[in-house]
Amino acid sequence: MDKANVVELDDVVIRFSGDSGDGMQLTGTLFSDAAANLGNGISTFPDYPAEIRAPQGTVAGVSGFQVRFGSKKVTTPGDYCDVLVAMNPAALRANACWLKNSAGVIIDGDLFTEKQIERAGFKTGDPITELGLQDHNVMFPKITSMTRDALAHLELDNKSVTKCKNMFALGICFYIFNRPLEHTLGYIKRKFGVKKPLIAEANKLALQAGYNYAANTHAHANTYEVRAAADLPKGTYRSISGNQATAWGFIAASEKSGRPLFCGSYPITPATVILEELAKRKDLGVKTLQCEDEIAGICTTIGAAWAGSFAVTTTSGPGLSLKSEAMGLAVMTELPIVVVDVQRGGPSTGLPTKTEQADLYQALWGRNGSCPMIVMAASTPSDCFHYAFMAGKLAMEHMTPVLLLTDGFIANGSEPWRIPSMADYPRINPPIISKAPEEGTFLPYARDEKRLARAWAIPGTKGLEHRVGGLEKQYLRGSVCHDPYNHQRMVDIRAAKVARVQEFIPKQTVHGCKSGELLVVGWGGTKGHLLNAVEDLRAEGKKISLCHFNYINPLPKGVGEIFRRFDQIVVCELNDGQLANYLRMNFQQFRFRQYNKIQGLPFTVTELKNHFNTILQESSHA
Amino acid sequence: MPNNEQYHYTPQDFRSDQEIKWCPGCGNYAILNSVIKAMPEVAAALKYKHHRFTFVSGIGCSSRFPYYINSYGFHGIHGRAAAIATGVKVANPKLTVWVTSGDGDSLAIGGNHFIHAVRRNIDINILLFNNEIYGLTKGQYSPTSELGKVTKTSPFGTVEHPFNPGEVVLGARGTFFARSIDAEVNLTKECCIEAAKHDGTSVVEILQNCVIFNDKTFAGFASDKETREENTIVLRHGERMIFGKNRDKGLVQIGMKLMVVKIGEGGVTEEDILIHNAHEPNPGVHMMLVNMDFPKYPVALGVIRNVTDSTYDDNVCIQVETVKKRREINCMDDLLHSGNTWEIK
Repeated sequence: MDKANVVELDDVVIRFSGDSGDGMQLTGTLFSDAAANLGNGISTFPDYPAEIRAPQGTVAGVSGFQVRFGSKKVTTPGDYCDVLVAMNPAALRANACWLKNSAGVIIDGDLFTEKQIERAGFKTGDPITELGLQDHNVMFPKITSMTRDALAHLELDNKSVTKCKNMFALGICFYIFNRPLEHTLGYIKRKFGVKKPLIAEANKLALQAGYNYAANTHAHANTYEVRAAADLPKGTYRSISGNQATAWGFIAASEKSGRPLFCGSYPITPATVILEELAKRKDLGVKTLQCEDEIAGICTTIGAAWAGSFAVTTTSGPGLSLKSEAMGLAVMTELPIVVVDVQRGGPSTGLPTKTEQADLYQALWGRNGSCPMIVMAASTPSDCFHYAFMAGKLAMEHMTPVLLLTDGFIANGSEPWRIPSMADYPRINPPIISKAPEEGTFLPYARDEKRLARAWAIPGTKGLEHRVGGLEKQYLRGSVCHDPYNHQRMVDIRAAKVARVQEFIPKQTVHGCKSGELLVVGWGGTKGHLLNAVEDLRAEGKKISLCHFNYINPLPKGVGEIFRRFDQIVVCELNDGQLANYLRMNFQQFRFRQYNKIQGLPFTVTELKNHFNTILQESSHA
Repeated sequence: MPNNEQYHYTPQDFRSDQEIKWCPGCGNYAILNSVIKAMPEVAAALKYKHHRFTFVSGIGCSSRFPYYINSYGFHGIHGRAAAIATGVKVANPKLTVWVTSGDGDSLAIGGNHFIHAVRRNIDINILLFNNEIYGLTKGQYSPTSELGKVTKTSPFGTVEHPFNPGEVVLGARGTFFARSIDAEVNLTKECCIEAAKHDGTSVVEILQNCVIFNDKTFAGFASDKETREENTIVLRHGERMIFGKNRDKGLVQIGMKLMVVKIGEGGVTEEDILIHNAHEPNPGVHMMLVNMDFPKYPVALGVIRNVTDSTYDDNVCIQVETVKKRREINCMDDLLHSGNTWEIK
C-alpha cells in the first residue's frame, strides 16, 4: 500500500473517548505504551466518570483518556487535543471543548444516528454544526459494522464482537501516527492468548482491520511522525502510574529498612490501586489487610507499626477525615506509619474521580490537639516512588507518622520512567532497640539528641515490656502523666521533633533563574503544568521561575532566600489558597498573589501562561 | 523481670508497678486478679515467653487494664482495640494478643471492628467486660443496658433493645465464646486459659459490677455464692448441664427450646439431661444457651462454644509462603524490571 504524506510533528495529543464500557482507558494505555516503547516522551490523563456504567450513549457515561506523546520529554498530557476519537455522539459532545482549532475528529459513523444524537442531548440533528466543527477534519468511519465484518468468520457472540471495536479505532490511530502494531499485538497475546485464543484472534483482527482501513482509504490526508525523544537520558524505561509508583516506593522502603511491609486499608477512589498493587506482592512478603472501614485501616496500621512493621494506610479525602483521630494516636505513641491521601474533589463525597489539592489544611491541622505530622507531596506519576520511599525513611528514622499527599491526576496518570537501581537508594536505619540497657532502666520515651526520635521497642523483644497509648506520656518513662508542665514539655518536644526533620530534607530549589520578576509557587501534582508554563515563558525571555514544594511540614530550608529575590510571587493551587495561606503564616514579610482553580481538573498550560503574562504586564506598567 | 527458659512464671511477674485507679469495690479488681493468675498457666501450657504477651485496649474503665499488667501494652482509642490488635497479630503472629474492652467500646463505637475480628477468626483473645453501663463518662446507658433502663441519658427509661454479646459473637460466626462473672475468679481464669488455647478469635464476656453507676445489676443471680449456684449454670464440654446447690436441676431440650427440669421429679433422671458439646459446629444449642435469661433460666457460664476453624493470621502466612515458593520476583530490582520495559540508547 502506498503511504500518504508523512508530516513530522514535535508533539501530538490524542483523546480517546466513549461509553464507560467501550474500553477507552485500555485503548489509551495501549497507544501510550506503544509510543513510549518507541522512545517518545509521554504523559497521560485518564478522565473517567464516578459511575461504573452510566446509561449508554449519555454524556454522564463518557470516559476519556488523553495521551500526549512528543519528540521531547513531556511534562503534561496537554491542554487540548489534536485528534479526538469519539465512539459515539455523547463522547463528541462531552469532549468537543477540548479540541484544538485544527483538530481532527474520528467518530463511529454507525452510531451517528438520530437516536444516539438525541440521547447525547444535542438540540438539533446536526451535531457538527451545533458544536461549530464545520471546519474541522471530521471522519465518520463505520467502526461498529467494519469490526463486525472483519470478525464475521469467527464463531463469536455479538457482545464479544462489539467489545473489539476499540481495537479497530486504535488501529486507525496507529496508522495515522505511524506507530507499529507489534506492541499491542504482544499485549493481546499475553492477555488472552493462552486462555481465550478466540478473543485474542478477534482483537488482533480488529486492530489490523482498523489499520488497513485507514491505510487503504487514506482516511486522513496526511499521516504523522513524532520522532523519539532525544532529550531522554539513556537507560531502561518502563511506564508507571502514580499509584503504582507509590506502592512500589513503599516496598522499596521496606527492603531498605529490613522492616516487613504491612498495609491496612479500605478501598476508595482514586487510591484503591495502591492497595491492589501491594496485594499482588505476597512474593515480596507484603502483608495487606482489606479492612472493614477506614478507621480499621489506620488502626491495624498502627498496631502493625507497634509490632515492628513498616506500616502504611492508603486513602482519599473522606477516608482521611475518618482517620483523623487515629493519626493523633500515632503522633502520641510516636510510631512510624505513612498515611497516603490521594486527593480528589471535595468536600464530602465531592468528585470522586476528579483531581484537587484541597486536603492540605486537613493534612496540616485536621486533628485534635497540637498534633504535628510530617506532610509531604509527590508531584509527578513517577516521583511518587521517590516520595513514598522518603515518607517511609522519615517515618522510620524519626519515629513519627507521615502524611503523603498525591492526587487523582498524578495517581491515575502515567509516564515513562527511567528505572532506578536500588543500589542508588540509601539505607533506612530505624532506631530499633534490641536489648534493655539494664534491668528496669528502659525508658520508652527517651530520645536521641539528633532527631529527637524515641527508640522502636518491638513487642517480642526480651526485657523491653512497656506501655504506650493515647493518654499523655511522662517525658521519659512514657507512663500516663497528667502533670501540667509535663504536658507542655511533651507538646513542645513532639513539635520540635517534626521541625527537626528540616535538617534531613533537601534545601528548597528553584527552577529557572534565582531572581526575577515573577516567582511561580506550587506544590504536589501541578508541577508538570507549572513547569511547562514557566519554561515556555522563559523561552520567550520572561523573567519567571518556579519554586515547587514537595516537603510542606516542615518546609525546607532556603525558602525565604528564594522568595526575597523576586518582585512578585504567585501561588498556584487546585484549591482556594491553602498553601498560600500557609506561606503567609510562615513568611509574613512577603506578599503572595494567588491563582486558584477548583473544577476537578488540572490546570491548563494555556491558562497559566495567560495569567502569568497578565501579572508580568501589570508589573511592567506599574 | 522474669528470666527463665522453662516458661515458669508467677502472677507477680505479670503485675505492673502502676497504681490502680479503679473505684473501690469495682468488679475490675477481681477480673485483673483472674487474668494475672491465668497468664502464668497460659505461658506454661503454650510455651510462651513473657515478652510475647501483649495487651491492647480501647477506651473505658476496662481499657485501663494494660497499665496494670506487666507485658507489652497498648492503650488505644475508643472502640478500636480489635482493629489495633488485628494489626499487631498479622504483623507478628508469634505474639499472644489480648484485648480488654467493654460493652460500649466493643459493641457501640467499636461494633464494626468487633464483629469483623470475630468473622475473620484472627487469633486474638477479647475480654469483654460487660457492666451494662457507661462508667468512665459517669452513667449513661450502653448497648447492653436492658430496655427501659433509667440512666442519665435515659431519664424516662431507654427505648431501645440491648445486644446480647454472645448472640452477636455467634451471629458473626464466632468460634469461641465463654462467659463468666467478675466474682468467679477461678472460672474467669479458666475461661482465659481456654481462650488462649483456642486458635482464632476468643471472646470471653465477663459480667462486671459497676459499683458506682450500675451497682447490683447482676445481683439477682450473682450476688453471692449460693445465689450463683442456684441461678447460673457452669458449662463444661462433655459434662451434663446440671446446676443448683444440690446439683438437682438440669437442662433438657424440648423441640427448639431448652427447659429447666428437676432431677427426680416427674420421672426425670440424670440421663435425660443434655450433655454440653462446645465443639459442635452448628451454633443452634449454643445460641439457645447464650440467650438463657434470668429468672426464667439460669445464666449460662463457662465455655459455651469452642470450635475449630482456620484463622486469619495463619491464612495470611500460608498465602505469603505459598506465593513466595513459586515467585519470580525476589527483590525490588526484579519488580522494577518486570513487565514491559524498553531501552533508550
